[in-house]
Amino acid sequence: MSCTETNGSLLLDRYAEVTGREVIHHLQQLAAPLKGAKVVHVNSTREGGGVAEILQKLIPLKRALGIDASWEVIQGSPTFYECTKGFHNGLQGMRSPILKQLLAEYEKVNAENAEELRSTLEEADFVVIHDPQPAPLLSHCPERRGRWLWRCHIDASHPYRPVWKYLRQWVIPYDASIFSIPQFAQALPHPQYIVAPSIDPLSEKNRDLPLEELHTVRERFKLDPDLPMMLQVSRYDRFKDPLGVVQACQLAGKLTPLQLVLAGGGATDDPEGEAVLEEVRQAAAGDSRIQVLLLPADAHHTINALQRTADIVLQKSIREGFGLTVAEAMWKGKPVIGGDTGGIRLQVFDHYTGFLVRTPEGAALRIRYLLHRRELLKEMGRRAQRFVGENFLITRHLREYLTMLLGLQSGTQGRMELGL
Amino acid sequence: MSESTVDPVEATPFAVRDCALISLATGLKAQNLREFSDILQRVPLESIEHHLWGRLLQPRFDEPEYNNDFASWAYHGLHDKTLAERLSMVVPTDFADQEALRQELVEVLEERLDQCEMVPWAKKDQQFHFLRSQIVVFDSGLRFSRPVDLIPYLAHLSTGSVYYHFIDARNRTTDRCDDFSAWLAGCGPAYQPLRERLCGVDPYFSSLQNLRQIVSALFQSFFEEAAQ
Repeated sequence: MSCTETNGSLLLDRYAEVTGREVIHHLQQLAAPLKGAKVVHVNSTREGGGVAEILQKLIPLKRALGIDASWEVIQGSPTFYECTKGFHNGLQGMRSPILKQLLAEYEKVNAENAEELRSTLEEADFVVIHDPQPAPLLSHCPERRGRWLWRCHIDASHPYRPVWKYLRQWVIPYDASIFSIPQFAQALPHPQYIVAPSIDPLSEKNRDLPLEELHTVRERFKLDPDLPMMLQVSRYDRFKDPLGVVQACQLAGKLTPLQLVLAGGGATDDPEGEAVLEEVRQAAAGDSRIQVLLLPADAHHTINALQRTADIVLQKSIREGFGLTVAEAMWKGKPVIGGDTGGIRLQVFDHYTGFLVRTPEGAALRIRYLLHRRELLKEMGRRAQRFVGENFLITRHLREYLTMLLGLQSGTQGRMELGL
Repeated sequence: MSESTVDPVEATPFAVRDCALISLATGLKAQNLREFSDILQRVPLESIEHHLWGRLLQPRFDEPEYNNDFASWAYHGLHDKTLAERLSMVVPTDFADQEALRQELVEVLEERLDQCEMVPWAKKDQQFHFLRSQIVVFDSGLRFSRPVDLIPYLAHLSTGSVYYHFIDARNRTTDRCDDFSAWLAGCGPAYQPLRERLCGVDPYFSSLQNLRQIVSALFQSFFEEAAQ
C-alpha cells in the first residue's frame, strides 16, 4: 500500500468514527466505478467563505476514495472582484447594474486564466466550476473531453434579471448545473442537480474542544461569564444583516441582559467588507455588551470555541445560499435564530431546531423566548445536532456528488443499476 | 423452529443491495392549487415517486407533520389543512401502478378545487418545486443464508440499503412490502410472524435511521422470543 493510500485510509477511518463505518463503506462502493477519474474544481479564492472551506475538505476525501481530484484557483484584479461582487449582489436580487468596462475585465481575466488552466481542464473527466467568477472558462476550452458542471452557491431565487441574463450565456453550454436548494434553480437547457452544502465534523472549526479551551476564549475576549452570549459568525456583508443583529440584541437586551459577539473575517473576493464592518462598529459604539471581531481567515479554532461558548447563535441573513455557519452551530448543539430565507430554511425549523425570523424585532423576541426557557433551549440544541449529523455532514455531500457524477456518466436515466 | 424452516442451503441467500439518490429540478413549479393539479397531471411519474418516497434519502427534517411533500406543501404553502390531511392518506401501495396513484392524487386535488370558493395560493417564496431523482443501485456484495445471520448486520445497514430494501421494494415486490419479508417467505412458515411484523411497519413517518432501528429490533425480538 502506498503512502498516499495509507493516508487516505486513515482519513476515512477518522470519518468513520463520527459517521459510522457503514457510511464510509457506502461511499467506497459508490466511488469504485469512478476510481482514477480526473475531477477538477475551480473557484476564485483559496481561503475565506464557505466554498473554499468545503473544497479544502472535499478534495482530500475524494482522493481518499481513489478519485484523482484537484483544485484550481483563478487569479483576478481588484476590478475583476468588483465585477464579480456585483454579480453576487445581482444574483441575490440587488439591483446593481454592472458597467461595461467591468464586464470587459471579467472576460479578460477569465481568458488569461484559461491560458494557464486549459490543458488541466481539457483533459479532466469532470470539471466543477464554482460560482460566477470562473464561469466563462468553459468557452475557452474547445477541446474539452469531460463533463462540465456549474456549481452555484448563491441564493439565485430572484436574481436581478440583467445580471442573470448576462451570466446565463456562460452557463448554458455546461452539461449540468448544481444549486443548493430547488428554489435557486433557473430555466436552463441542461439537468439541474440539487445538492445542499455541508460541514466537516473533523475540521478545526467543528471538532470537539476541551472545556479549558472554551475558558481560554472567554478570557481572551473578556466575555462576561454571568451574561448569556449571542453570536453571529459571518463575513461583514449586507446580506448577512449584521446591523439587524446589533439592533435585535439591543432590543432584547433592554429586557433580558445579554452580550453579543459578531465574529467575521474578510474573503479575498469581497471588496465591500470593510465598509460594512465600519457601519457595524459605529452601530455598536458605546455598547460594552457588543463585541465586533475581525478575525483572520484561518481563525477556525477561535470560531469553534466561540460557537461552543454561545448560548444562542444567530444567522439573520436577508439572503443566504445555504449558511454553513447555521449547520456549524447546530452541530455544536446550539439552537439557531436565522433569517427566513434561502438555505437557512433547510436547516432551521420553527420550535424544533431554532426559529426563522424576518425582522430584528422577530430575532429579539426569539432571543428572549429562548433565554427564558432554558430546558427548551437545550432540547432544541440536541435536536439540531442530531439533524445536522444525519443530513449536513460532508459525507452526505460527497455521496450526492458521487451519485451525480455516476448519473452524468450514464446519461439522464432515472435509475442506474451498477454491476447487477 | 428448525423443523419448519427451509434448509439454508436450499434457500436463496439474501443479497444486500445499496443505493444512492440525487435530486434534480424539473423546472416545473406551482404557486396555486390549480397550477399544482395541472402540473401533477403531466409531470414525469418519477417526480411523483420522488416526492412520496425519494425524499427519505434527501436532507430533510425528520419530524414531519405530514408524510409526503404534497401534503406538507398543502399545509405549509397553501395553509389548507383539509387538503393536507387527505393527501397524506393517499397510500402509494394501494394502487396497481404509479399512473393509478397519479390519478388518485389528481382526484383529491380536483375535488378540493371544486369545494373552494377561491383557488388556494401560496406566497411567491412558498411555491412548490417539482423535483425528480436519479437513483444508483449497486450490490454491496454481502450475502446471508439464514435470517438469524442478519441480526448483527441490520443495525449497521447503510441508509441506502434501508431505502432499497424497505421503501423501494414496495414498487418491486408482489406483496408491495419489503425485501426482507419477501425473502423470509421462502425460508419457511416459522418466519411468518416476523414477516407480519415487518409488513406492519409504517415506513412513511420515520427517518431511514429510525427504520433501521425498527427493523433491527423486530429481528432481534423475534429470535429472542423463539429462543425462549
